[in-house]
Amino acid sequence: MAILINENTRIIVQGFTGKIGSFHAQDMINYGSNVVGGVTPGKGGQTHLGLPVFNTVKEAVEATGAEASIVFVPPAFAADSIMEAADAGIKYCVSITDGIPTQDMMTVKNFLRRFPVEQRMILTGPNCAGTISPGRAMLGIMPGHIYMQGNVGIVGRSGTLGYEAADQLKRLGLGISTSVGIGGDPINGSSHRDILEHFENDPETKIVIMIGEIGGPQEVEAGIWAKANMTKPVVAYIAGLTAPEGRRMGHAGAIISSAGESAAEKVAMLQELGVIISPTPSAMGQTVADVLAKM
Amino acid sequence: MDIHEYQAKEILSGYGIKIAEGGLAYSPEDAVQRAREIGGHVWAVKAQIHSGARGKAGGIKICKTHDEVEAAAEALLGKRLVTHQTGPAGKVCNRLYIEAGTDIAKEIYFCFLVDRCAERIVMVGSAQGGMDIEELAQTNPEAITKIYIEPAVGLQDYQAREMAFKLGFDAEIISHAVKTIKGCYRALRDLDANMLEINPLVVTKNNELVALDAKMGFDENALFRQLKISELRDKTQEDPRETAAADRGLSYVGLDGDIGCMINGAGLAMATMDMIKLAGGEPANFLDVGGGASAERTEKAFRLVLADQNVKAMLVNIFAGINRCDWIAEGVVQAVRKIDMKVPLIVRLSGTNVEEGQRIIRESGLPIITAETLAEAAEKAVQARNEVAARLSAA
Repeated sequence: MAILINENTRIIVQGFTGKIGSFHAQDMINYGSNVVGGVTPGKGGQTHLGLPVFNTVKEAVEATGAEASIVFVPPAFAADSIMEAADAGIKYCVSITDGIPTQDMMTVKNFLRRFPVEQRMILTGPNCAGTISPGRAMLGIMPGHIYMQGNVGIVGRSGTLGYEAADQLKRLGLGISTSVGIGGDPINGSSHRDILEHFENDPETKIVIMIGEIGGPQEVEAGIWAKANMTKPVVAYIAGLTAPEGRRMGHAGAIISSAGESAAEKVAMLQELGVIISPTPSAMGQTVADVLAKM
Repeated sequence: MDIHEYQAKEILSGYGIKIAEGGLAYSPEDAVQRAREIGGHVWAVKAQIHSGARGKAGGIKICKTHDEVEAAAEALLGKRLVTHQTGPAGKVCNRLYIEAGTDIAKEIYFCFLVDRCAERIVMVGSAQGGMDIEELAQTNPEAITKIYIEPAVGLQDYQAREMAFKLGFDAEIISHAVKTIKGCYRALRDLDANMLEINPLVVTKNNELVALDAKMGFDENALFRQLKISELRDKTQEDPRETAAADRGLSYVGLDGDIGCMINGAGLAMATMDMIKLAGGEPANFLDVGGGASAERTEKAFRLVLADQNVKAMLVNIFAGINRCDWIAEGVVQAVRKIDMKVPLIVRLSGTNVEEGQRIIRESGLPIITAETLAEAAEKAVQARNEVAARLSAA
């Protein structure tokens, strides 16, 4: 099962023939992802990495039956590419691109909401490492070999901190159903809450670890939703204990700008909602293992 | 990116918002000259720094004679002003805005900002202007009106009218208020601002609506298409270390601790800083070296971290994905050889080619302390820092 992607998911790469797109497309193919082609406007009809290149996403979907896409398009044009994917009937899109203007993302979110729920494209990112269902498919830029297949779901904003969690779990002999990066921007395609819902509905996922950080209300909203709707335990770690107020910590969205956005406040609220807190970033794996041992 | 009050006012004036007559001054002589040009009997001498709450910090002086203007300008120019938004280091005042005094009948709070939760622009107003809005939100939330704007159609007249009536304007100036509100919205949208605050927006005794202060913040991700806005950047208002880092493509935030950090990825960087704190230390900085940490980039990052005189130990934590640990290790060894490092270095590598990376560090013969896990790295860094501190206090 896993969520969002598996070995059968037909994938296209937007920004396929660029340097970054090519490098990661090859990496995804090597991992075993079912990449069926790519899109670069003006290069339609060519072959790249042994796969067909199309001018538009619509043509790519018609010719290959693609269901998922990954966007490597530069920030100035990325919002347009995401909307093109949604309009062409892509079901799931990962946007790796970092640096998309906030107002462009508002337009994207508004555009997606025009589609009826059952036809609406799921978007994760931007500014994320992507999604991986270990042993099945990788739609992202992560080092695939650090992920072991299993029953723990990971959702997080940060790429490398997600790797850290996967690595800690692997050392404890625990594998992952799917790991989803939702990205570090203030407005993103899917929230922690959205991804928790996918994990709750996935029979293979037994427990979820949510890796959050300072800024915004998303982690607490996810906690509220989990308390009301989830049968599976949720473990959380919130990064940024030492982050001062009003300073942006790398990610565009990682800034404490109002009450309830600091790590300490988020942790206190999540604890009250029944989320199990990993007290330190190096205890993420062990906290999950402890909860699983009691199940 | 923030801009100064006078710059925001110039922008807003172009969108039909009424501002008091004013001019920029770089010296006390300039200031007096501006006051003469403006005329009248009352002037406000306002320090131009990237921060709110300037009034409380003594950054705004009301003057009744040219001599007072000169004295106020002399006192403010070159001074570091500390507000609750600037941090303890404060911000230096190099420019003054001299403005005609305004007869205030009523003060109003008004702003537009991007609400990341609603994924929309929200308009916020309160008839109780001039106050700290965060404080008001806590003590009297009913006094605040919020109206969300549908991105596809933008701000509608009825929404601007609703806000204007809530703010208690009388019928005579409602149409001017609507025009002001719509002008602000257009400025925000056209220029990719993520914040526009007028606090206070005042009704004068002549029943005119004037923006007495103005603050705008811009989306850095959109500056590529807002070239005129990027030109307004004032580097004197930024931490020089952060500016230097940004020019080198590194993301750096200076902090008050003494354990320097170099990490790849913002989330892992914050987590590593947390781990240092939990181990009993204090991080000196946040530094994300990003994905492609080449030897050259590593060296730049080292120099940046070590430029902070407070640093008593340095921790490198890299989880190599696209990167490879052996490349990172070579970069670290090269940097240490090139820079005469006077503080202990702790390195933790993980991910792609980790064994090879560890071997390079081990065989370098350099006094680099290595660690396997995040917790171990933080503990060793704090321990090394404590030894240095003990040695310094003994000497």
